[in-house]
Amino acid sequence: MGLKQDSLGIRIAGMDLRNPTVLASGILGYTAESLRRVVEGGAGAVVTKSVGVSSRVGYENPTVVQASCGLINAMGLPNAGIDKFVEEISQAKAVVQSPLIVSVFGYSADEYALVAKKAVEAGADAVELNVSCPHVKNTGSEIGQNPKLLGEIVKKVKVSVQKPVIVKLSPNVTNIVGIGKAAVQAGADVLTAINTVKALAIDTEAALPILSNVRGGLSGPAIKPVALRCVYDLYEQVKTPIMGCGGITTWRDAVEFLLAGASAVQIGTAVALKDPDVFHAVSRGVKTYLKKKGYESIHEVIGVAH
Amino acid sequence: MKLLALRTELNTLRTTPILSVATESPAVKTFTLKDKLCAKAKPGQFLMLWIPNVDEIPLSIMKTEGTEVSVSVKQVGLATRHMHKMKKGETIGVRGPFGNSFTQKSSKALLVGGGTGTAPLIFLAKVLKARKKRLAFVVGAKTKTELLFMNDLNQICSEQSLTTTTEDGTYGLHCFVTKPVATLLAKQKFDMIYTCGPELMVSKIFNLAEQHRIPLEASLERLMRCGIGLCGSCMIGKYRVCRDGPVFDSEQLRDVKDELGISKLGFDGTRIPV
Repeated sequence: MGLKQDSLGIRIAGMDLRNPTVLASGILGYTAESLRRVVEGGAGAVVTKSVGVSSRVGYENPTVVQASCGLINAMGLPNAGIDKFVEEISQAKAVVQSPLIVSVFGYSADEYALVAKKAVEAGADAVELNVSCPHVKNTGSEIGQNPKLLGEIVKKVKVSVQKPVIVKLSPNVTNIVGIGKAAVQAGADVLTAINTVKALAIDTEAALPILSNVRGGLSGPAIKPVALRCVYDLYEQVKTPIMGCGGITTWRDAVEFLLAGASAVQIGTAVALKDPDVFHAVSRGVKTYLKKKGYESIHEVIGVAH
Repeated sequence: MKLLALRTELNTLRTTPILSVATESPAVKTFTLKDKLCAKAKPGQFLMLWIPNVDEIPLSIMKTEGTEVSVSVKQVGLATRHMHKMKKGETIGVRGPFGNSFTQKSSKALLVGGGTGTAPLIFLAKVLKARKKRLAFVVGAKTKTELLFMNDLNQICSEQSLTTTTEDGTYGLHCFVTKPVATLLAKQKFDMIYTCGPELMVSKIFNLAEQHRIPLEASLERLMRCGIGLCGSCMIGKYRVCRDGPVFDSEQLRDVKDELGISKLGFDGTRIPV
């Protein structure tokens, strides 16, 4: 026995990842060059910033505020609009060897489907539906909190693209498993759990909320236990592969998510807390763990904590 | 790596009163704040300044003294217009210091500053001078009233080592900074060029440095949001200006020559002219 040659490799919905670390949406990810940098830093796959039908400039600063053990952000979905962004997608496809996942948002099922279709035509290996952004009205979590609406959107996107459809779930719901099931029933190939936790920061001197949008989403180590619980619960109830996301900073965090049932982990905030090389560091640590525990490959670890 | 992690995590927003405001030119004021962390900054680093209810903007650090830090702010938009109305005693938010710094490895350096880009170079020149390094300074502006930090410059530099240019000839040489820089490089030997200012100027100075095979470090500016290497708003090539910069060396600048002086990312992430 002992470690297999490709011990970290994993196939998720037909995508081959050389290791289970994935760049989470919203971090860097405007440009092909920034995605390449992250892949050089060791990411097994990358998710772009969310893109919609038309361009958005996002909110005024402050858009990010540091909290204890995490960050609260309300960027406001700044993006170029899909018709411009397709250039970066095709360029990224040319320079990035790892699977390229394009994060998509919209204000209706038709918009999600249209953006997803254009992204796939430009070279996306999969789309991740952002139905969980907690700080933009009429999209994001307002959709991800409504199983019926979510189902309609997933169905429509599934019809318009031939590539895997990933649904990124919001933790800002009473029952994430119910929402996850709705997404899977509508055809979701993968679930990402979780997006940021709706949050607020106030400055005592100014006696004001700090973010220009007032409310934002909390990410980083602060939300790891919440995310871990969501992955654990989902794994019990759905067969679809899960990407764990929320506060993963070290190999130990990553292994916890694998044990809880995730097939891969998305890393975002740690890119700021550490650096783009964090993906290498996490992968190396996971590999050492596998070896030490006598596993042949990562597949044997997934869901073991159940 | 561990140190960086600690730095980002501990570098939370804090509010502090403005200690003093000095007018540098009709469009530029220097604000001094009390902030222990930023007072430890090295030349080239920047801070994020929060104007409550308005905006949060990146600014080069111009001076540190004891527990105080100074930044120079040019009125260019909404946030800076608000800043200019602020007075001593008013509260402002600060995060930082962020980014890397100039290396200070030179023994004889040429510093080239344009407009408010001169601010971090003043900070650098003071440190270089304290370390007994030789330097020459070329500083330029559109017109005499926009020439900044002349008092500081006259203190740091001897008469021979300071060259001043204005585009309209109202003070010093009637030309861009590139002309005296080319002359200096032809006549004297420098082992480092430090520059900061409008990016077209920076890119021209970089070309001159390349022609003369002299290493250069340039402090660049991009639209910034998070300041901690997360959001990707300030990418130039594969580099994050806020985290991998703002100071870039010749090798890195060669890497990004398709963008230097040409394009940057706009608020919506599309490429726009610099």
